[in-house]
Amino acid sequence: MCRLALKTASEAFSPYEVLQAMEAMQEGYDGSGLGLLLRGLDFEDFKYNSKFPILSGIAHSEESWHRLNSFMENRGFELKYDHEFETRPELIEATDRYRYFLRAYKMPASLSDKTKDEIENELMLTRLALRKDGEDHGNDLTVFSFWPDVATIKEVGWPLDIGNALNLSDNRIKSRVCMAQGRQNTNYGINLYACHPFFIQGIATMTNGENTAFVPIRDWLLGKHFPGYTGYQSDSETFTHILHYTLKKLKLPLQAYKHIITPLRGDELINHPQGKFLTGLRDSCRRLIIDGPNAVIATLPDESCMLVMDQKKLRPATVGGRPGAWAFASEMCGVDAMIPDRDPSLDFQPMREHTIIVPPERKELTIWSQHDPYPLDQAA
Amino acid sequence: MVSARSVSVGPGSLSYTDLPWIIQHREDRCTLCGHCTAVCPKEAIYLAYRRQRMPKLDVLKKKRGNEYRTFVGIRQKPNMANACIGCSMCAMVCPNEAIVPVPNTNEHRTLFFNNQKGEPMKRGGRRNKVGPTLLDRIMFNRISMLTDPALDAGRHEFNVTTTLGRTLDPEEFLKRTREGGWIPPTREIFPFVIGSMSFGALSPNMWLGLLQGVAYCNEVLGIPVVMCTGEGGCPPWVLKSPYLKYIVLQIASGYFGWDEIIRAIPDMQCDPAAIEIKYGQGAKPGDGGLLMWFKVSKLIARLRGVPEGVDLPSPPVHQTLYSIEESVMKMIQTLSTAFGHKVPIYPKISASTSAKSVLNNLVRNPYAGGLLIDGIDGGTGAAYNVSMDATGHPIASNVRECYLDLVAQGKQNEIPIFAAGGIGKNGNVTQNGMALIMLGASGVHIGKYIMQSVAGCLGNEKNRCNVCNVGICPKGITSQNPKLYRRLDPDLVAERVGEVFMSIRTEMKKIMAPLGRSQSLPVGMSDALGIGDKDAADRLNIKYVC
Repeated sequence: MCRLALKTASEAFSPYEVLQAMEAMQEGYDGSGLGLLLRGLDFEDFKYNSKFPILSGIAHSEESWHRLNSFMENRGFELKYDHEFETRPELIEATDRYRYFLRAYKMPASLSDKTKDEIENELMLTRLALRKDGEDHGNDLTVFSFWPDVATIKEVGWPLDIGNALNLSDNRIKSRVCMAQGRQNTNYGINLYACHPFFIQGIATMTNGENTAFVPIRDWLLGKHFPGYTGYQSDSETFTHILHYTLKKLKLPLQAYKHIITPLRGDELINHPQGKFLTGLRDSCRRLIIDGPNAVIATLPDESCMLVMDQKKLRPATVGGRPGAWAFASEMCGVDAMIPDRDPSLDFQPMREHTIIVPPERKELTIWSQHDPYPLDQAA
Repeated sequence: MVSARSVSVGPGSLSYTDLPWIIQHREDRCTLCGHCTAVCPKEAIYLAYRRQRMPKLDVLKKKRGNEYRTFVGIRQKPNMANACIGCSMCAMVCPNEAIVPVPNTNEHRTLFFNNQKGEPMKRGGRRNKVGPTLLDRIMFNRISMLTDPALDAGRHEFNVTTTLGRTLDPEEFLKRTREGGWIPPTREIFPFVIGSMSFGALSPNMWLGLLQGVAYCNEVLGIPVVMCTGEGGCPPWVLKSPYLKYIVLQIASGYFGWDEIIRAIPDMQCDPAAIEIKYGQGAKPGDGGLLMWFKVSKLIARLRGVPEGVDLPSPPVHQTLYSIEESVMKMIQTLSTAFGHKVPIYPKISASTSAKSVLNNLVRNPYAGGLLIDGIDGGTGAAYNVSMDATGHPIASNVRECYLDLVAQGKQNEIPIFAAGGIGKNGNVTQNGMALIMLGASGVHIGKYIMQSVAGCLGNEKNRCNVCNVGICPKGITSQNPKLYRRLDPDLVAERVGEVFMSIRTEMKKIMAPLGRSQSLPVGMSDALGIGDKDAADRLNIKYVC
């Protein structure tokens, strides 16, 4: 079963810290993939303007690297920073890694008068176009994210090896939020795009466990014909897209996510103050009910972090920390490794009805229960 | 050899060995109690006194003579009207196991004479095709063997209900919630529905037993089973009872019983579960309902608002001046209005290559609450044999292509498809139903299986019994003759209903648990299905396994 670690802190820290936490949980993954997603970025050699979108990915050949450059240029994005990893390729299993890239771009002038939605759409379509370009050329280009203040690194192998291979311990990149997932391959193939965290328009999630309702959920999302709902090399990618659908398409508050993926039982809904609305929501979104067991960890553009459990509560996940620094991990030892200087007696293990939020201020945890009143006017 | 004239042989003459079932009678065991002849629904057997001549030759006295002895035995009538149907009631009542019908393993001649008086064969039952159905051959093969363990079917919490009724797209649902718009009604029901068998097709005792059983499932066992009335209306005491919420009222082209239903609306304590508009039936596509005169008793006549003792053939289609789709649209809208837009309304059609067109019409009809598709293996109380055996479309591929069509439109959650026709034909009711659910059905309707499992219906696909049409059901399930239906104890039927649905619920869990599913019914989870038939796998878009 995959291992998850997330750290969020007011002071930027090195992603290597989170990789060390992954090391503490090493029984749980098989080296079939590591994903890292960083928010609130701080580069040692560049004063980063957090409005600049960052393109993250891997060019597998020089030719694809040149194609990438000309594609971005043609699309009007001006390169502002190109982070060069000091790599040790011998630590990487794969041999077709020409260049790992994290590149900050300035938005094209043509986007300056566009709405927020239009800009977000353009960023997503740019990422998808690059991904397709890679797929059309024998998968020689892999693109993970293209978004302001978000960097993503994915690679097949053991987490610490990958961290060493990219020299992530050198403090040249730091971030206030770091998500990491060590993958235990299930039955959907070893593929860079199958590594968590998954990303769409500012929203990222990672998961342990398997989504056994994957196919019906995927079929439903594909039926929405939204260009970003694509990929699905991993069953867990649906969790990201459901969160995106909840927040961006339905424009519902974050509390709704849990009600959509794991609705309350019929008898529980009868006793809920907004039971009628939530029953209707469950029926409308019935095809999005996940059938875990999973712990889903998400981060949002405002640096909020979220942890929810599936209804079975068969997966472990713990949250712990102190004001200013919090950690989510699939194992308690992961939390220990990330924030040793906390009071472990205050650690919290969410149950089936819980949603844990660490707001951007990082002062305290917020714990929502699905049995709590639902905060939306329309439910009244 | 004698001349033909001295033997009574006509073109239609049959011997008992020409019949589909041959009575084997053991005279050494028979006590001549007469139970078998009394119980036989076809009067196929009779008590015969025979004289046996014993030639006697006394050589020494040079005298010839005869001795005679008489013996008594049960004999079979070798004519079409009284041909044994193999129901085995004689064997059931015989105190000494002296009698039993056995299937004729030779081809039997009655196949060529079942059109007496120019009337083709009519019968009850379903398509007479034996052997495993396609549904029987589907396997659930995506077993959780990595990362997530299979679940514990016995101890884990499972949600095995489904939605009946239209659901809105989430964005539309929120919009209407904000604006106070109409949200279509839905019901949370058990996905195995007791399919439409009318009051008239079924005996009063069978109906009573089913009603009691369904109420028990809901109120005591917590299994939200609903049952459909079929075409014959619904007794007023049910319409005005608090149990109407477990009943799907069917309206069909004969509109039988709908005067009573409409008049009862003001007195209803609750809404019915749904309204089913029957446009077609899998067992006899293109035919309306048929209740033959044998079964139109005083009670049935009163309930249906017709004279006693007349055939009640419903027209093949609803009264319509223009087209079926307009009729569908108007009926759905009218019925939805009649029940205050608080009851899901859905049509039932025969499985057909045109099912997809019907479905797409319904997708655009905001009042349509689903579609029930009834396949060729569906049962019926009365139909022409040729309709049952040769007309129609198998259910699996029909449901699958309809579901995939909805998927392509992103509408699979909005219009639930229910499937019927052959589910449990060979007893594998849960396996068949879950296979259809994973192919895309939101639930299934079961009729014949219910008759067989809760009331001991004897019919099978070797044409055993299958005389539901003429009101002589030896078990009293489909008869309106009190002498017959009093054989059926409604309390015992109700008990069996409870047992059957408890067992289906457990089997559903045993299927879902290894797949790692527990929180929602695995509708459309086709990645869990496999079949050892490449053509079928390709057609159904599931995995071929061998």
